Amino acid sequence: MLEKSLKGSRGYWIWIIFLLIVAAIGFFFYLRQLDYGLGVTGMSRDVSWGLYIAQFTFLVGIAASAVMLVLPYYLHDYKAFGKITVLGEFLAVAAVIMCVLFVFVDLGQPSRVMNVLLHPSPTSILFWDMIVLSGYLLINIFTGWVILTCNRKEVPPPGWVKPLIYLSIPWAISIHTVTAFIYAGLPGRSFWLTAIMAPRFLASAFASGPALLIIFCLILKRYGRFDAGEKAIQALSKIVAYALATSIFFVLVELFTAFYSQIPEQAQHFLYLFTGLEGHTKLVPWMWTSAVLAFAALGMLIIPPIRRNDGWLAVACVFVFVSLWIEKGLGLVVTGFIPSPLETITEYVPTGAEIAITLGVWAIGFMILTILYRIFITVHDEKENP
Amino acid sequence: MTTNRREFLKIAGVSTLSLIAPAIVCPAWAKDKIIPVSNSPEALSPSKALTAKRWAMAIDASKCPADCVDCIAACHATHNVPGFGNPKDEVKWIWQEKFAAAFPNESHAYLRESLQKQQLPVLCNHCANPPCVRVCPTKATFQRHDGIVMMDYHRCIGCRLCMAACPYGARSMNYRDPRPFIARINPDYPTRTKGVVEKCNFCQERLAKGLGPACVVACKEKALVFGDMENPQSEIRLLLEKRFNLLRRASLGTKPQIYYIL
Ligand code: SF4
Ligand code: SF4
Repeated sequence: MLEKSLKGSRGYWIWIIFLLIVAAIGFFFYLRQLDYGLGVTGMSRDVSWGLYIAQFTFLVGIAASAVMLVLPYYLHDYKAFGKITVLGEFLAVAAVIMCVLFVFVDLGQPSRVMNVLLHPSPTSILFWDMIVLSGYLLINIFTGWVILTCNRKEVPPPGWVKPLIYLSIPWAISIHTVTAFIYAGLPGRSFWLTAIMAPRFLASAFASGPALLIIFCLILKRYGRFDAGEKAIQALSKIVAYALATSIFFVLVELFTAFYSQIPEQAQHFLYLFTGLEGHTKLVPWMWTSAVLAFAALGMLIIPPIRRNDGWLAVACVFVFVSLWIEKGLGLVVTGFIPSPLETITEYVPTGAEIAITLGVWAIGFMILTILYRIFITVHDEKENP
Repeated sequence: MTTNRREFLKIAGVSTLSLIAPAIVCPAWAKDKIIPVSNSPEALSPSKALTAKRWAMAIDASKCPADCVDCIAACHATHNVPGFGNPKDEVKWIWQEKFAAAFPNESHAYLRESLQKQQLPVLCNHCANPPCVRVCPTKATFQRHDGIVMMDYHRCIGCRLCMAACPYGARSMNYRDPRPFIARINPDYPTRTKGVVEKCNFCQERLAKGLGPACVVACKEKALVFGDMENPQSEIRLLLEKRFNLLRRASLGTKPQIYYIL
């Protein structure tokens, strides 16, 4: 079936070549990072995680959100999603691969990565994260591929994939919960030390992932001769609306605890995000952008006529995606380190090399996704117009 | 998890040698294993090594003269700590902080002025319940039976989870090759490569040779006292008995083992 990815229009090939170039630039800078060390990035002694780990965290959410298609379809027999569950599973595959790559480029000694398996450490959450992520990757590659093959041959999927699909539902929840636990169990980092971290992660994931899927569906409808169906897209947009509302609610709940209790350790990180601390305001414009986009998108999504218009829906979904990317892919990780345990404020700005490597990983992810979607569309086309 | 591989090899090597070495020719592979562990003869004699059930340190910073950095200089020279000259790449094992930074929860504006101005030496606390050990995905950070929290520089993958987990900012990452930035390389201690994390090791390599920690030895004012917390007659225990002292961020439950006399 892979050969189907080789068939495509001119636009398809231009897009693939563009992604290849971005990936190649990223790879070039990664070689520089390998040579010099992680010093090519903006990370420092005080802010020891940056863009890479933040992208990882954000993308685990995108991966987990496939469950928002799988669950209604398989547990509630919601037929409208039947056509697109495979799209969700393929999105999960691409996202998990990006996660793994982001953790990998973040390692100081990547050649030793196998030490995680050679010296398994069950007390380490990172160890468990690796296990659940690789399991999730396998499940999704497998179920996505089997179902697509069956679609092509127009036979019902074999009985044994069902249990695997059911397993993927709690498994999706687990990957994002475990990822949240990497942060939520660290004693000295008050910004992350909150039980709502995992629920917050899940809520924002279930908004950003389906939002991205809607964008893809709208693109495919316009340029890819594939219509996911009005009903499926509308149902997805309602999922985005509810998840976004929950996500905003969770953040407000955190803000209440931080500012009503007035415990400096709780409040200072949020102050850094939204007002800046002692003149350090690098993230403030970003966070306000994120907040404004989130509320605007929520407004657009809960008003039915706006939601039903494809154009406006696309805009709302872009808002959701950008807003939550800023929140998780930019603010969440770095702010845990600002101020440091010794009350020093060291700000973080990614370097050009770091941004190039980050874009390179995204390009690889999009390439995998494009190829998988291409195969999906071709199979679908052949079925519709034999 | 708390066993030290080197220690084990050393004990295994020493006992094998002392029991059977005279009679049997030591096989080549065994020699290979012993030699890198203990390249100096005195390290081989366990009788000389300083041992304890629970190593700890007491710091009486009021004895520290202004501008004295003897302990820091001694530590960093002993352990080949590089000097990058910028805070971003900085590697440090022991350094100074104001009282308010070291004890954010205990500090307020009307504290004795001398205390507010005081520079305190800070270092890894060799926590009895160390979060850095808990989170490390490779056991490159581990705790010995005598309480020392140590690093295996050959195993560390540089994920920096331990840096996020340490509530004292005690850990440093080698963001670039440290070797060109070491003023004078001490051949008795390994240099590190880029991409690994490091921190104070309570001078375990010196303890094994029967020497006290470099910082303690270097301090002319006897502001640093090192000893066994589980021995009620040890100098450190008797001192802590008499003087008021605090632990950094004790509420976090990490059970730090650097006691600050105030
Ligand atoms: S002070 Fe930090 S590095 Fe040292 S043992 Fe405690 S948690 Fe680990
Ligand atoms: S950076 Fe090294 S010592 Fe620290 S947690 Fe990762 S592997 Fe362990």
